[in-house]
Amino acid sequence: MTPLRVSIYAAVAAVILLLVILELIRSRRLQERYALLWLLTGIVILVLALWRGALGTLSDAVGIHYPPSALFVIGSVFILLVLLHYSTVISDLSERNTKLAQRLALLETRLEEEGIQETSSR
Amino acid sequence: MAESIVSPKLERRASPRPSVRALAIMPAFNEEDSLPRVIAEIRDFDPHLEIVVVDDGSTDRTAQVAEAAGAKVLKLPFNVGIGGAVQTGYQYARDNGFDIAVQVDGDGQHDPREIPRLLEPLLEDRADMVVGSRFAPGGGYRGTPVRRIGIHLFAAIVSLLVRARVTDTTSGFRAVNRKAIRLFAIDYPPDYPEVEATVLLVRCGLRMLEVPVQMRVRETGASSITALRSVYYMVKVLLALFIGLFRRYTTPLEEP
Repeated sequence: MTPLRVSIYAAVAAVILLLVILELIRSRRLQERYALLWLLTGIVILVLALWRGALGTLSDAVGIHYPPSALFVIGSVFILLVLLHYSTVISDLSERNTKLAQRLALLETRLEEEGIQETSSR
Repeated sequence: MAESIVSPKLERRASPRPSVRALAIMPAFNEEDSLPRVIAEIRDFDPHLEIVVVDDGSTDRTAQVAEAAGAKVLKLPFNVGIGGAVQTGYQYARDNGFDIAVQVDGDGQHDPREIPRLLEPLLEDRADMVVGSRFAPGGGYRGTPVRRIGIHLFAAIVSLLVRARVTDTTSGFRAVNRKAIRLFAIDYPPDYPEVEATVLLVRCGLRMLEVPVQMRVRETGASSITALRSVYYMVKVLLALFIGLFRRYTTPLEEP
Protein backbone atom coordinates (compact mmCIF):
# COMPACT_ATOMS: atom_id res chain seq x y z
CA MET A 1 0.00 0.00 0.00
CA THR A 2 1.14 3.50 -0.77
CA PRO A 3 2.19 5.45 2.35
CA LEU A 4 -0.52 8.01 3.13
CA ARG A 5 1.91 10.92 3.10
CA VAL A 6 3.09 10.02 -0.41
CA SER A 7 -0.53 10.01 -1.61
CA ILE A 8 -1.22 13.38 -0.04
CA TYR A 9 1.87 15.08 -1.45
CA ALA A 10 1.33 13.55 -4.89
CA ALA A 11 -2.29 14.73 -4.92
CA VAL A 12 -1.31 18.24 -3.83
CA ALA A 13 1.38 18.40 -6.50
CA ALA A 14 -1.09 17.25 -9.17
CA VAL A 15 -3.64 19.86 -8.09
CA ILE A 16 -0.99 22.61 -8.24
CA LEU A 17 0.03 21.43 -11.71
CA LEU A 18 -3.59 21.55 -12.88
CA LEU A 19 -4.15 25.02 -11.44
CA VAL A 20 -0.98 26.37 -13.06
CA ILE A 21 -2.04 24.94 -16.45
CA LEU A 22 -5.52 26.43 -16.17
CA GLU A 23 -4.11 29.83 -15.20
CA LEU A 24 -1.70 29.73 -18.15
CA ILE A 25 -4.61 29.08 -20.51
CA ARG A 26 -6.72 31.79 -18.90
CA SER A 27 -4.00 34.40 -19.27
CA ARG A 28 -3.51 33.25 -22.88
CA ARG A 29 0.06 32.13 -22.45
CA LEU A 30 -0.90 28.55 -23.34
CA GLN A 31 -3.26 27.56 -26.15
CA GLU A 32 -5.91 24.93 -25.40
CA ARG A 33 -4.54 22.57 -28.02
CA TYR A 34 -1.14 22.40 -26.34
CA ALA A 35 -2.61 22.15 -22.86
CA LEU A 36 -4.69 19.01 -23.33
CA LEU A 37 -1.82 16.53 -22.85
CA TRP A 38 -0.63 18.40 -19.76
CA LEU A 39 -4.14 18.37 -18.31
CA LEU A 40 -4.40 14.62 -18.94
CA THR A 41 -1.06 14.16 -17.13
CA GLY A 42 -2.28 16.09 -14.10
CA ILE A 43 -5.61 14.29 -13.98
CA VAL A 44 -4.08 10.81 -14.23
CA ILE A 45 -1.58 11.55 -11.45
CA LEU A 46 -4.30 13.06 -9.29
CA VAL A 47 -6.61 10.07 -9.75
CA LEU A 48 -3.88 7.52 -8.98
CA ALA A 49 -2.72 9.51 -5.96
CA LEU A 50 -6.21 9.60 -4.46
CA TRP A 51 -7.39 6.17 -5.57
CA ARG A 52 -4.77 4.22 -3.71
CA GLY A 53 -6.33 0.81 -4.37
CA ALA A 54 -6.03 1.28 -8.12
CA LEU A 55 -2.37 2.30 -7.87
CA GLY A 56 -1.70 -0.82 -5.75
CA THR A 57 -3.42 -3.14 -8.24
CA LEU A 58 -1.62 -1.48 -11.14
CA SER A 59 1.85 -1.76 -9.59
CA ASP A 60 1.18 -5.42 -8.63
CA ALA A 61 0.15 -6.15 -12.20
CA VAL A 62 3.43 -4.88 -13.66
CA GLY A 63 5.56 -6.29 -10.83
CA ILE A 64 6.49 -3.07 -9.05
CA HIS A 65 6.63 -3.80 -5.32
CA TYR A 66 6.61 -0.21 -4.08
CA PRO A 67 3.45 1.53 -5.48
CA PRO A 68 4.87 5.10 -5.35
CA SER A 69 7.46 3.94 -7.90
CA ALA A 70 4.59 3.07 -10.25
CA LEU A 71 3.26 6.61 -9.83
CA PHE A 72 6.74 7.88 -10.69
CA VAL A 73 6.93 5.68 -13.78
CA ILE A 74 3.51 6.80 -15.01
CA GLY A 75 4.48 10.43 -14.49
CA SER A 76 7.68 9.86 -16.47
CA VAL A 77 5.79 8.23 -19.33
CA PHE A 78 3.48 11.21 -19.62
CA ILE A 79 6.35 13.67 -19.54
CA LEU A 80 7.97 11.64 -22.32
CA LEU A 81 4.75 11.87 -24.34
CA VAL A 82 4.51 15.63 -23.82
CA LEU A 83 8.15 16.09 -24.89
CA LEU A 84 7.68 13.94 -27.97
CA HIS A 85 4.57 15.90 -28.88
CA TYR A 86 6.44 19.16 -28.48
CA SER A 87 9.27 17.89 -30.66
CA THR A 88 6.81 17.41 -33.50
CA VAL A 89 5.31 20.84 -32.81
CA ILE A 90 8.76 22.46 -32.89
CA SER A 91 9.58 20.69 -36.16
CA ASP A 92 6.39 22.02 -37.67
CA LEU A 93 7.06 25.54 -36.38
CA SER A 94 10.63 25.60 -37.70
CA GLU A 95 9.43 24.45 -41.12
CA ARG A 96 6.83 27.23 -41.16
CA ASN A 97 9.39 29.74 -39.99
CA THR A 98 11.65 28.88 -42.91
CA LYS A 99 8.75 29.19 -45.34
CA LEU A 100 7.83 32.60 -43.91
CA ALA A 101 11.41 33.88 -44.16
CA GLN A 102 11.63 32.68 -47.75
CA ARG A 103 8.33 34.26 -48.71
CA LEU A 104 9.38 37.52 -47.04
CA ALA A 105 12.71 37.60 -48.90
CA LEU A 106 11.00 36.99 -52.24
CA LEU A 107 8.34 39.61 -51.49
CA GLU A 108 10.92 42.19 -50.44
CA THR A 109 12.84 41.71 -53.67
CA ARG A 110 9.70 41.98 -55.72
CA LEU A 111 8.68 45.20 -53.95
CA GLU A 112 12.10 46.73 -54.50
CA GLU A 113 12.07 45.75 -58.15
CA GLU A 114 8.69 47.39 -58.52
CA GLY A 115 10.23 50.58 -57.18
CA ILE A 116 8.30 50.76 -53.96
CA GLN A 117 10.32 52.35 -51.19
CA GLU A 118 10.74 50.31 -48.09
CA THR A 119 9.02 52.04 -45.23
CA SER A 120 10.49 49.98 -42.44
CA SER A 121 13.27 51.69 -40.53
CA ARG A 122 16.56 49.91 -40.28
CA MET B 1 -44.87 33.18 -58.29
CA ALA B 2 -47.14 35.66 -60.08
CA GLU B 3 -45.34 38.66 -61.56
CA SER B 4 -47.97 41.10 -60.40
CA ILE B 5 -47.69 40.43 -56.68
CA VAL B 6 -44.05 41.10 -55.93
CA SER B 7 -43.86 41.67 -52.23
CA PRO B 8 -40.94 43.64 -50.80
CA LYS B 9 -39.76 40.43 -49.16
CA LEU B 10 -39.31 38.69 -52.49
CA GLU B 11 -37.56 41.72 -53.90
CA ARG B 12 -34.92 41.69 -51.21
CA ARG B 13 -31.39 42.07 -52.45
CA ALA B 14 -28.11 41.56 -50.64
CA SER B 15 -27.05 45.22 -50.75
CA PRO B 16 -30.19 47.32 -50.50
CA ARG B 17 -28.15 50.45 -49.90
CA PRO B 18 -25.34 51.15 -52.33
CA SER B 19 -23.36 52.92 -49.62
CA VAL B 20 -23.00 49.72 -47.61
CA ARG B 21 -19.93 47.74 -48.61
CA ALA B 22 -20.26 44.04 -48.00
CA LEU B 23 -17.58 41.37 -48.28
CA ALA B 24 -17.99 37.62 -48.56
CA ILE B 25 -15.19 35.80 -46.75
CA MET B 26 -14.67 32.33 -48.12
CA PRO B 27 -12.08 30.14 -46.39
CA ALA B 28 -10.94 27.35 -48.70
CA PHE B 29 -8.63 24.38 -48.35
CA ASN B 30 -8.33 22.28 -51.50
CA GLU B 31 -11.71 23.27 -52.89
CA GLU B 32 -10.81 23.64 -56.57
CA ASP B 33 -13.79 21.53 -57.64
CA SER B 34 -16.54 23.44 -55.90
CA LEU B 35 -15.14 26.99 -55.69
CA PRO B 36 -15.81 28.18 -59.26
CA ARG B 37 -19.48 27.26 -59.00
CA VAL B 38 -19.88 28.75 -55.51
CA ILE B 39 -18.21 32.02 -56.56
CA ALA B 40 -20.21 32.23 -59.79
CA GLU B 41 -23.41 31.64 -57.84
CA ILE B 42 -22.66 34.49 -55.44
CA ARG B 43 -21.72 36.86 -58.27
CA ASP B 44 -24.88 35.95 -60.15
CA PHE B 45 -26.96 36.53 -57.10
CA ASP B 46 -25.38 39.83 -56.06
CA PRO B 47 -22.68 41.37 -58.27
CA HIS B 48 -22.02 44.08 -55.64
CA LEU B 49 -20.91 41.66 -52.98
CA GLU B 50 -17.12 41.52 -53.06
CA ILE B 51 -15.61 38.10 -52.54
CA VAL B 52 -12.33 37.27 -50.86
CA VAL B 53 -11.15 33.68 -50.86
CA VAL B 54 -8.66 32.83 -48.13
CA ASP B 55 -6.59 29.98 -49.51
CA ASP B 56 -5.42 28.12 -46.42
CA GLY B 57 -2.29 26.53 -47.87
CA SER B 58 -4.10 24.45 -50.49
CA THR B 59 -2.04 21.99 -52.50
CA ASP B 60 -4.40 22.01 -55.46
CA ARG B 61 -5.37 24.86 -57.81
CA THR B 62 -7.75 26.53 -55.35
CA ALA B 63 -6.11 29.97 -55.65
CA GLN B 64 -5.96 29.92 -59.46
CA VAL B 65 -9.57 28.83 -59.98
CA ALA B 66 -10.78 31.39 -57.42
CA GLU B 67 -8.92 34.18 -59.20
CA ALA B 68 -10.20 33.03 -62.56
CA ALA B 69 -13.75 33.08 -61.18
CA GLY B 70 -13.25 36.73 -60.24
CA ALA B 71 -12.58 36.58 -56.52
CA LYS B 72 -9.82 38.34 -54.64
CA VAL B 73 -7.48 35.69 -53.20
CA LEU B 74 -5.43 35.85 -50.01
CA LYS B 75 -2.87 33.07 -50.16
CA LEU B 76 -1.60 31.85 -46.81
CA PRO B 77 1.93 30.40 -47.02
CA PHE B 78 0.86 27.24 -45.17
CA ASN B 79 -2.20 25.72 -43.58
CA VAL B 80 -3.05 27.76 -40.49
CA GLY B 81 -6.40 26.15 -39.74
CA ILE B 82 -9.94 27.39 -40.26
CA GLY B 83 -9.82 29.97 -37.44
CA GLY B 84 -6.66 31.67 -38.67
CA ALA B 85 -7.92 31.60 -42.25
CA VAL B 86 -11.25 33.20 -41.42
CA GLN B 87 -9.52 35.79 -39.24
CA THR B 88 -7.34 36.76 -42.20
CA GLY B 89 -10.56 37.54 -44.03
CA TYR B 90 -11.77 39.70 -41.15
CA GLN B 91 -8.45 41.57 -41.13
CA TYR B 92 -8.87 42.19 -44.84
CA ALA B 93 -12.40 43.48 -44.21
CA ARG B 94 -11.18 45.79 -41.44
CA ASP B 95 -8.20 47.15 -43.38
CA ASN B 96 -10.33 47.84 -46.45
CA GLY B 97 -13.16 49.52 -44.61
CA PHE B 98 -15.98 47.06 -45.24
CA ASP B 99 -19.22 47.65 -43.34
CA ILE B 100 -20.34 44.04 -43.37
CA ALA B 101 -18.58 40.71 -43.72
CA VAL B 102 -20.35 37.45 -44.35
CA GLN B 103 -18.66 34.09 -43.97
CA VAL B 104 -19.54 31.59 -46.70
CA ASP B 105 -18.08 28.09 -46.99
CA GLY B 106 -16.25 27.28 -50.21
CA ASP B 107 -17.84 23.84 -50.50
CA GLY B 108 -21.26 25.05 -51.54
CA GLN B 109 -23.28 24.09 -48.49
CA HIS B 110 -24.25 27.71 -47.85
CA ASP B 111 -26.87 28.97 -50.28
CA PRO B 112 -26.13 32.56 -51.45
CA ARG B 113 -29.86 33.18 -51.72
CA GLU B 114 -29.97 33.06 -47.92
CA ILE B 115 -27.41 35.87 -47.55
CA PRO B 116 -30.01 38.69 -47.48
CA ARG B 117 -31.65 37.07 -44.45
CA LEU B 118 -28.30 37.29 -42.66
CA LEU B 119 -27.65 40.89 -43.66
CA GLU B 120 -31.08 42.31 -42.88
CA PRO B 121 -30.73 42.46 -39.07
CA LEU B 122 -27.28 44.04 -39.46
CA LEU B 123 -28.60 46.73 -41.81
CA GLU B 124 -31.42 47.45 -39.37
CA ASP B 125 -28.87 47.51 -36.52
CA ARG B 126 -30.69 44.82 -34.57
CA ALA B 127 -27.54 42.73 -34.13
CA ASP B 128 -23.75 42.84 -34.48
CA MET B 129 -23.56 39.24 -35.67
CA VAL B 130 -26.21 37.16 -37.41
CA VAL B 131 -25.83 33.39 -37.57
CA GLY B 132 -27.66 31.21 -40.06
CA SER B 133 -29.09 28.38 -38.00
CA ARG B 134 -30.10 24.98 -39.30
CA PHE B 135 -32.15 24.32 -36.19
CA ALA B 136 -34.03 27.53 -35.59
CA PRO B 137 -37.71 27.15 -36.45
CA GLY B 138 -37.87 27.23 -40.24
CA GLY B 139 -34.33 25.95 -40.83
CA GLY B 140 -33.46 22.58 -42.26
CA TYR B 141 -30.72 20.07 -41.50
CA ARG B 142 -30.02 16.46 -42.24
CA GLY B 143 -26.99 14.97 -40.51
CA THR B 144 -25.81 11.95 -38.58
CA PRO B 145 -27.34 11.51 -35.08
CA VAL B 146 -23.93 11.78 -33.39
CA ARG B 147 -23.24 15.17 -34.92
CA ARG B 148 -26.70 16.35 -34.01
CA ILE B 149 -26.17 15.35 -30.37
CA GLY B 150 -22.86 17.25 -30.27
CA ILE B 151 -24.42 20.28 -31.91
CA HIS B 152 -27.32 20.26 -29.43
CA LEU B 153 -24.99 19.85 -26.43
CA PHE B 154 -22.98 22.90 -27.48
CA ALA B 155 -26.22 24.76 -28.11
CA ALA B 156 -27.40 24.06 -24.55
CA ILE B 157 -24.08 25.17 -23.00
CA VAL B 158 -23.74 28.28 -25.15
CA SER B 159 -27.35 29.25 -24.49
CA LEU B 160 -26.53 29.16 -20.78
CA LEU B 161 -23.35 31.19 -21.22
CA VAL B 162 -24.84 33.95 -23.36
CA ARG B 163 -28.19 33.89 -21.54
CA ALA B 164 -30.17 33.59 -24.74
CA ARG B 165 -31.50 30.69 -26.75
CA VAL B 166 -28.93 29.63 -29.32
CA THR B 167 -29.81 26.66 -31.52
CA ASP B 168 -26.85 26.27 -33.88
CA THR B 169 -23.44 27.17 -32.47
CA THR B 170 -21.35 25.35 -35.08
CA SER B 171 -22.81 27.06 -38.12
CA GLY B 172 -20.11 28.80 -40.16
CA PHE B 173 -22.70 30.77 -42.14
CA ARG B 174 -22.66 34.12 -40.37
CA ALA B 175 -22.54 37.84 -41.05
CA VAL B 176 -21.08 40.62 -38.89
CA ASN B 177 -20.96 44.42 -38.83
CA ARG B 178 -17.96 46.76 -38.41
CA LYS B 179 -17.79 46.35 -34.65
CA ALA B 180 -17.64 42.57 -34.83
CA ILE B 181 -15.22 42.72 -37.77
CA ARG B 182 -12.86 44.70 -35.56
CA LEU B 183 -13.26 42.22 -32.71
CA PHE B 184 -12.66 39.13 -34.83
CA ALA B 185 -9.72 40.77 -36.64
CA ILE B 186 -8.00 41.02 -33.26
CA ASP B 187 -9.34 38.02 -31.39
CA TYR B 188 -10.56 34.82 -33.03
CA PRO B 189 -10.15 31.22 -31.83
CA PRO B 190 -7.54 29.28 -33.84
CA ASP B 191 -9.34 25.99 -34.45
CA TYR B 192 -12.99 24.93 -34.46
CA PRO B 193 -13.76 28.60 -33.83
CA GLU B 194 -17.53 28.99 -34.29
CA VAL B 195 -18.70 28.02 -30.80
CA GLU B 196 -16.09 30.08 -28.96
CA ALA B 197 -16.46 33.05 -31.28
CA THR B 198 -20.16 33.26 -30.43
CA VAL B 199 -19.49 33.35 -26.69
CA LEU B 200 -16.56 35.75 -27.17
CA LEU B 201 -18.76 38.17 -29.09
CA VAL B 202 -21.48 38.22 -26.44
CA ARG B 203 -18.96 38.48 -23.60
CA CYS B 204 -17.53 41.55 -25.34
CA GLY B 205 -20.96 43.15 -25.17
CA LEU B 206 -22.02 42.69 -28.80
CA ARG B 207 -25.42 41.42 -29.89
CA MET B 208 -25.91 38.07 -31.59
CA LEU B 209 -28.98 36.94 -33.49
CA GLU B 210 -29.94 33.69 -35.21
CA VAL B 211 -32.02 33.42 -38.36
CA PRO B 212 -33.24 30.13 -39.81
CA VAL B 213 -31.53 28.98 -43.01
CA GLN B 214 -31.55 25.91 -45.18
CA MET B 215 -28.17 24.34 -45.79
CA ARG B 216 -27.34 22.10 -48.70
CA VAL B 217 -25.50 18.83 -48.72
CA ARG B 218 -21.85 19.53 -49.52
CA GLU B 219 -21.13 19.09 -53.20
CA THR B 220 -17.55 17.88 -53.05
CA GLY B 221 -14.98 16.88 -50.47
CA ALA B 222 -15.58 15.43 -47.03
CA SER B 223 -16.21 17.15 -43.73
CA SER B 224 -12.92 17.85 -41.97
CA ILE B 225 -14.38 16.36 -38.80
CA THR B 226 -13.45 12.70 -38.32
CA ALA B 227 -14.14 10.52 -35.27
CA LEU B 228 -10.91 11.19 -33.39
CA ARG B 229 -11.00 14.86 -34.28
CA SER B 230 -14.54 15.19 -33.02
CA VAL B 231 -13.36 14.02 -29.59
CA TYR B 232 -10.62 16.66 -29.67
CA TYR B 233 -13.19 19.17 -30.92
CA MET B 234 -15.54 18.49 -27.99
CA VAL B 235 -12.85 18.51 -25.29
CA LYS B 236 -11.08 21.57 -26.65
CA VAL B 237 -14.24 23.65 -27.03
CA LEU B 238 -15.61 22.63 -23.63
CA LEU B 239 -12.27 23.53 -22.01
CA ALA B 240 -12.14 26.86 -23.81
CA LEU B 241 -15.71 27.70 -22.82
CA PHE B 242 -14.99 26.83 -19.18
CA ILE B 243 -11.78 28.87 -19.07
CA GLY B 244 -13.54 31.71 -20.87
CA LEU B 245 -15.74 32.13 -17.80
CA PHE B 246 -12.71 33.35 -15.85
CA ARG B 247 -11.35 35.67 -18.52
CA ARG B 248 -11.89 39.39 -18.71
CA TYR B 249 -12.53 40.71 -22.19
CA THR B 250 -11.12 44.14 -22.88
CA THR B 251 -10.64 44.19 -26.65
CA PRO B 252 -11.09 47.80 -27.80
CA LEU B 253 -13.95 47.92 -30.28
CA GLU B 254 -14.36 51.62 -30.99
CA GLU B 255 -12.87 52.89 -34.21
CA PRO B 256 -9.75 54.98 -33.71
